[in-house]
Amino acid sequence: MLKYLLKRLFQMVPTLIGITLISFFIIHLAPGKPTDVLADFNPKITPEARERLEKYYGLDKPVIVQYGMWLRRIVKLDFGESFSSDRRPVMQKLWDRKQPLIDRRLFITFMLNVLSMVIILLISIPIGITSATHRNSLYDRITTTTVFIGFAMPSFWFALLLMMLFGIHLGWLPISGLKSMNYAVLSPAGQVWDRVSHLILPVFIASFGGLAGDSRYMRSSMLEVIRQDYITVARAKGLTEKVVIYRHALRNALLPLITLVGLSIPGLIGGSVIMESVFGIPGMGQLLFMSVMTRDYPMIMCVLTIGAVLTLVGNLLADLGYMLADPRIRNQ
Amino acid sequence: MGIPRNPLRKLMFRRLMKNKLSVAGGIIVAALFLVAVLAPVISPYNPNDIDRFHILEKPGIHHPLGTDDLGRDILSRMIWGARISLSVGFVAVGIATLIGILFGAIAGYYGGWPDMIITRFIDIMLSIPTFFLILAVIAFIGSGIFNIMAVIGFTSWMGVARLVRAEFLTLKERDYVLAARALGASDMQIIFRHIMINSMAPVLVSAVLGIAGAVLVESALSFLGIGVQPPTPSWGNILTLGKDNIEIAWWLSVFPGLAILITVLGYNLLGEGIRDAIDPRLWESERK
Repeated sequence: MLKYLLKRLFQMVPTLIGITLISFFIIHLAPGKPTDVLADFNPKITPEARERLEKYYGLDKPVIVQYGMWLRRIVKLDFGESFSSDRRPVMQKLWDRKQPLIDRRLFITFMLNVLSMVIILLISIPIGITSATHRNSLYDRITTTTVFIGFAMPSFWFALLLMMLFGIHLGWLPISGLKSMNYAVLSPAGQVWDRVSHLILPVFIASFGGLAGDSRYMRSSMLEVIRQDYITVARAKGLTEKVVIYRHALRNALLPLITLVGLSIPGLIGGSVIMESVFGIPGMGQLLFMSVMTRDYPMIMCVLTIGAVLTLVGNLLADLGYMLADPRIRNQ
Repeated sequence: MGIPRNPLRKLMFRRLMKNKLSVAGGIIVAALFLVAVLAPVISPYNPNDIDRFHILEKPGIHHPLGTDDLGRDILSRMIWGARISLSVGFVAVGIATLIGILFGAIAGYYGGWPDMIITRFIDIMLSIPTFFLILAVIAFIGSGIFNIMAVIGFTSWMGVARLVRAEFLTLKERDYVLAARALGASDMQIIFRHIMINSMAPVLVSAVLGIAGAVLVESALSFLGIGVQPPTPSWGNILTLGKDNIEIAWWLSVFPGLAILITVLGYNLLGEGIRDAIDPRLWESERK
């Protein structure tokens, strides 16, 4: 087990280098330079000053040399300084140690994604199982229809609709940010509720799309499993339906879902740009959006790399989960 | 879809028509085509005509879906927006499918080191949060409609490549391929004339479902303000106005989103319908 884990971690290195190499080339070869943006804000900048700046950032060197320099710093976990006017180290912008944990950008995005993932699994697995065991019932039809609509629903539109209903029409929930203006003067309990109430809509909407996919997948995987001979055997032994489904069938039906969860991680992380911009949440996605607009190369590369690392770690966890659930693979 | 010539395709076509949901999907897609083609004829106003006396008007007799903050007619803008949605979906998926077939065919047919490199490349592309990359590239190269099509296409070919590779791996071992080779067929002939033809069914399904995905990505980009730029109307950029006027103009949010939802639903239903129609495993269970 440990050997397998080490092997997998070791294999992640070339993949990560490949990801950063591709991202780096795409970003640096795309037309337009960060100094163009600078020149837009300050038209008086002379060509000499521009050249000096480009030299300072190493932008005058060939891309492959720039990548080598970048890679050498990354090994020491130094992602460089932001090109934006504050010149802060990009890592500090994502993970500001001076701020409490729950206000750090990377943590906010991470927490939102983990929360929605947990909710997706908690709801979609039971829905998938029950609609498979009650195939073609009214319940199955209702869930299948909901799933189809959920698949097709643009998340940002759904967000707008719920913001209108719960935020503006009913006035129950806040529609923007992670805490209210008067957060500092609230009681401790009030502060907790304030944070929770800000999370309800974003987490619900982030979960909704994934819910559709995963419950559908769970349903078909369960249908596949209960057709197998060993399930018929279990039934013939006189076991109750509950034992047959939850002890015999569920374990095998869960296997494909674990793979799917691993594959859905990049989508979730990528989607946080949309979520965070609709709800004005100060997370990693919002930061990426802002840095893309100002061509802040070090910041963009940092977010892309972290997104890729999260994806790879998520895939690894999915594979480990697969091993835990399937003794055939575990004992190989 | 054309007129089915061989009996197998006839059977598939009949099965497709029997499935009410996929017919509904087909009708939605066909209607969208009509709306896009007939946009100049059926749209009641010029989509870019500014009317400062009728700003943010509620849906009514003159403007069935209301007007925006410049007094432009929302129905007309949505009709013209259908063109964007349709063309982005088709071209982006066309690009993705071509790249996917090319890589998948090379990897599956030749095996060995080309296969290793391509599979590795696919794994890498699948580990990048693609929306991040799309965002970065679009922001850099500019948000023209062709750039959007190309970027979506170049970041969504991996699924097709995997499908085609798997099909090639199994099909190249078949006897009929051996027979073709014995008759002196070249690699190119075997790849294109003998194997590819037989691996197109799952590719078609994934392409139809892929259009739905591309429509969603385009509308998300336009919604974020880096996709199709106003004054060119797109469903996504009408929704941006909906967000800006969320407290006063519900119609700016409700209708364009509904259009995206129905379009994506249409492609999904059609795609799933085709998948069921060409899946022989399902034929047997029906006969029982």
